[in-house]
Amino acid sequence: MSPAIRIQGVDKRFGSVHAVRSMDLEVNEGEFFALLGPNGAGKTTLINLLAGLSRPDAGHLFVQEFDVVRQYREARRRLGVVPQELVFDPFFTVRETLEIQSGYFGLPRNDDWIDELLMHLQLSDKAGTNMRALSGGMKRRVLVAQALVHRPPVIVLDEPTAGVDVELRQSLWKFIQKLNREGHTILLTTHYLEEVEALCERVAILKQGRLMALDTLKNLMSAHRAHRFEDVFIALMHNAGEQDVVA
Amino acid sequence: MTGFQTLLYKEVLRFWKVSLQTLLAPLVSTLLYLLVFSHVMAGHTDIYPSITYAAFLVPGLVMMSMLQNAFANSSSSLVQSRVTGNLVFLLLTPLTPAEIFLGYVLASMLRGLLVGSVVCLTALSFFSLPFREPLWVAGFALLATFMSGALGVLAGLWAEKFDQMAAWQNFVILPLTFLSGAFYSLHSLPPVWAVVSRFNPFFYMTDGFRYGFLGHSDVPPLESLTIVAVTCLALSWGTMALLRCGWRLRT
Ligand SMILES: Nc1ncnc2c1ncn2[C@@H]1O[C@H](COP(=O)(O)OP(=O)(O)OP(=O)(O)O)[C@@H](O)[C@H]1O
Ligand SMILES: [Mg+2]
Repeated sequence: MSPAIRIQGVDKRFGSVHAVRSMDLEVNEGEFFALLGPNGAGKTTLINLLAGLSRPDAGHLFVQEFDVVRQYREARRRLGVVPQELVFDPFFTVRETLEIQSGYFGLPRNDDWIDELLMHLQLSDKAGTNMRALSGGMKRRVLVAQALVHRPPVIVLDEPTAGVDVELRQSLWKFIQKLNREGHTILLTTHYLEEVEALCERVAILKQGRLMALDTLKNLMSAHRAHRFEDVFIALMHNAGEQDVVA
Repeated sequence: MTGFQTLLYKEVLRFWKVSLQTLLAPLVSTLLYLLVFSHVMAGHTDIYPSITYAAFLVPGLVMMSMLQNAFANSSSSLVQSRVTGNLVFLLLTPLTPAEIFLGYVLASMLRGLLVGSVVCLTALSFFSLPFREPLWVAGFALLATFMSGALGVLAGLWAEKFDQMAAWQNFVILPLTFLSGAFYSLHSLPPVWAVVSRFNPFFYMTDGFRYGFLGHSDVPPLESLTIVAVTCLALSWGTMALLRCGWRLRT
């Protein structure tokens, strides 16, 4: 089967910062995949490149085999992105926000799905509330709903649980797992490694724009003779430092 | 609704929700101009034979309010979305550059035309005004709001902060609309300024629009229409090219 996400020889610089370096990465259909790395590793940059919010200096990115630059319409229909930044449009209510996002994808009669999203994300009683009047965690959940409103087969979540309370974090992951079981491919970034252990099979670990590791959790743990994934992560980050000195 | 219609709807809803600021405020300020200037200038010689200064002034002020409001709509919407970051929601969608361009421009036209018609109707209750060539009036109103909305998109793409947008307002739009001949005829200007005015596209809009009401103009209306239409085409082409290559949007 062709991969849900294919990243081929991608390079991205911001002035002197080399944010993504000759990156090759594939995420398979139906995977629950984590993109990990310390602050500034290039995770968000890679997601922005995939979403077409940013253009690569070299290389190509594909969503279900559609080039995100040349076939952007097809690629974007298949991709839902929860951005890392808490952004919202203060002119509209929660429901208006979701209806507008749905409409952008040409899906006008989408009320049932919008209601279901609101229910799963525990926003039903906030549907008529202006975005400005929501708490940070609620705004984050609206971002998740917005990313899912067009039922994309490939879902990218950039730190979706930052600032979300424990209970809601659990219900959010339950919902995302349900979507994953129904066949959606999930790519997530997070700094909570216990979430990764609980949810993901395979991970990619980035540092300074480079791919440091790409394997299943199980293989990485046994290769490092570790009991906790955190130890693997820390070991990899230290190795990376040494490599940099050599390079 | 298609994606394009949704963007148009969203843009209209946006200014509609704050209509006190986007529709009523410009109406009040334009009517104030009208009352003050028509009163001050009442005794002066008429610009065109048998046409009062007020009748000369009304079309100019209506055009000025349309231009300023159409520009304000697309430019402020874009710059607000960019500064607050919610522009990503649009950038993540499959909308084409042409759809994005037209969505913003058509909503701006609607706001400009709404303000313009209300100013016009209110002015008619104070002053009598001929309405000689309605088709010219409509044609210039549509082209002028289109061009101003498109210019707003261009400015919105360029400006990354509110103060940069304020610079556009104060150093481009305000002088060009004030010096578009809303208050005077080209023939009453010193020769140098009369020549300079001819490089201002807003002058042709005002002059042609006024022709539609009065049947008098400084420049033949067909000439004005051609110049305005060509400017609109060039501006659309350029702005869409920038949207297509993601200029300042997809970095
Ligand atoms: N628009 C930009 N202009 C300049 N530099 C940028 C820009 N975006 C990202 N960078 C730089 O690129 C590098 C990677 O940033 P990125 O946001 O991708 O990191 P990240 O892995 O998502 O980090 P975090 O975990 O903190 O979210 C950083 O050094 C950052 O400063
Ligand atoms: Mg990030």
